[in-house]
Amino acid sequence: MSDVLLQVRDLSVIYKTDLETVHAVNGISFSLERGKTLGLVGETGAGKTTTALTLMRLLPERIGIVEQGEIEFEGQELLALPENEMREIRGEKIAMIFQDPMTSLNPVLTVGEQIGEALSLHNFSKKSKEEIEARVDEVLTLVGIPAGRKKDYPHQFSGGMKQRVVIAMALACEPDLLIADEPTTALDVTIQAQVLLMMRDLRDRLGTSMIMITHDLGVVAQTCDTVAVMYAGEIIEQGTLLDIFKGERHHPYTTGLFGSIPSLRGHSKRLSPIAGLMPDPTNLPDGCRFWPRCPHCTERCKTEHPGTYVDGTHQVCCHLFTEGGSK
Amino acid sequence: MSVPLLETRDLKKYFKVADGELHAVDGVNITIEQGKTLGVVGESGCGKSTLGRAILRLIEPSGGDVLFEGKSIIGLGKKEMREMRKKMQIIFQDPYSSINPRMSVAEIIAEYMIVNKVYPTKQEIWNQTARLMDTVGLASRLAGAYPHELDGGRRQRIGIARALSLGPKFIVCDEPVSALDVSIQAQILNLLMDLQDEFGLTYMFITHDLSVVRHISSEIAVMYLGQCVERAPTDQLFENPQHPYTQALLAAIPEPDVEMRNKEIKVIRGEVTSPVNPKPGCRFAARCEYATEACSGADPALRDLGGGHFCACTLEHVKAAQS
Repeated sequence: MSDVLLQVRDLSVIYKTDLETVHAVNGISFSLERGKTLGLVGETGAGKTTTALTLMRLLPERIGIVEQGEIEFEGQELLALPENEMREIRGEKIAMIFQDPMTSLNPVLTVGEQIGEALSLHNFSKKSKEEIEARVDEVLTLVGIPAGRKKDYPHQFSGGMKQRVVIAMALACEPDLLIADEPTTALDVTIQAQVLLMMRDLRDRLGTSMIMITHDLGVVAQTCDTVAVMYAGEIIEQGTLLDIFKGERHHPYTTGLFGSIPSLRGHSKRLSPIAGLMPDPTNLPDGCRFWPRCPHCTERCKTEHPGTYVDGTHQVCCHLFTEGGSK
Repeated sequence: MSVPLLETRDLKKYFKVADGELHAVDGVNITIEQGKTLGVVGESGCGKSTLGRAILRLIEPSGGDVLFEGKSIIGLGKKEMREMRKKMQIIFQDPYSSINPRMSVAEIIAEYMIVNKVYPTKQEIWNQTARLMDTVGLASRLAGAYPHELDGGRRQRIGIARALSLGPKFIVCDEPVSALDVSIQAQILNLLMDLQDEFGLTYMFITHDLSVVRHISSEIAVMYLGQCVERAPTDQLFENPQHPYTQALLAAIPEPDVEMRNKEIKVIRGEVTSPVNPKPGCRFAARCEYATEACSGADPALRDLGGGHFCACTLEHVKAAQS
């Protein structure tokens, strides 16, 4: 693999409070090549957002603890950096778009000021005020907002427009990596289509790598190159888009996820959802985390954590396919 | 043809706001046959929820009529309306805010039966509550639990049990699965469809999710800015959408299919215009790529295209542009 931008190895994150320890991310590994998009898929509580916050080093202080693992970004070990050096990377090289555009903007600053803020904080080439203003106009136009609206406040924009402002802020410094946490979940479908199309277009033009966090398999199919499926803090299956959508062997959870989506074509009489609920992250089951809900569960699954079955680019973490498992 | 279970005639709901009148629901005509499901789709602010509430008179309509089993419910007094509501229920979108956090699961489900005095003894109410919990798949050990102890899927099951408690014929489901994860969403959709088969329920299913609506509905009404722009049997609507807005809406869904990846995404420009004091004429014209001057002036009427397919667009200029 040639041009790896980000390499995560065996990362584990816990949230520790006086009362309990939440095992949010449990030993995940993945990599992302330059110019590609990775889809991080899973349901609420799977650890997707925690993964993103860890990459940004934005975990809540003292409570969020990285237990082990490495995050290598452009050859640098992010977890070892002192905070002041991390601050130069955050926003400048790695930017993040949060889920809810309604709450991630400051209501008392104009959108122009908010976009300019990131630029003046990372102003290494000593740009003048005029140059920063010109750049603000440029990124606003890039995301399809007339530059004249930079003097408006967030409440004067609709949801879709606010999300564009948030994207403009993230792109202002031309980051190498853009982490988008459910960027279109709060938007209507026609607006979602506009935003997705714009993000795809921007990625092609600027060559930005992206991590797309979503629970919507439709969004994944339309935007991502590689996919990692998360369950209870683990990546239980990963591979290229084709591996996940067209591959023959799947983790039973992935199969369940696909079985839960109502089809837009033809008639499926009944959905085949996964029984039960996501396990409590303070008290994860032994062995495979999925066994209490798995239709193929064996005695072995209850005690032994499954290894990884590898077929080219496709990895599945399940006893069904690893050596010694029943087919 | 038999009398439809529910019919609205030119139903309107206007809200007074600072700069005029907000036309939330603006002359909607729908009919729902006994035992069927009408899906109502549209984007935020198109008036779908207001329509659902206006039908149940949870908010008083500004004009038009609602007929339930052929009889108008608009003129009914408070007492008669309460009797009527036993037959018409609603399941709300947000299972976190639609149930009282200080009541236990069993108390929430029993409340309607106690208020309406449907059973003479307490014992019968609790027996019925236990049966309802079983019907919707809530374990009996949860009877004494409080809502905060439960996840979204289970809370929504409480909402469903409560709606069923008075033996309704008609249920408005207002985005009942939007707040849930896909695997839980699938469980609730299956439950709703099983209940429909078991009790012969009629649903009006309000959602913004087109794949959900296709799955559960027999007929679909598409709303845009308070008006119903197209109405057709489900398969007909998905295979042969007529109104430019419906076409754009269907084209905008990202499909979970890699082969569809390179399909050209037809994106409609702009955003929904303000519903305050709308000018007469097609509400969608400002975003419609086929719009001509003929589109403003008068509200387009819902025209019958045959086979239960209705569309509020003359389609003349659309056909001219597409041929």
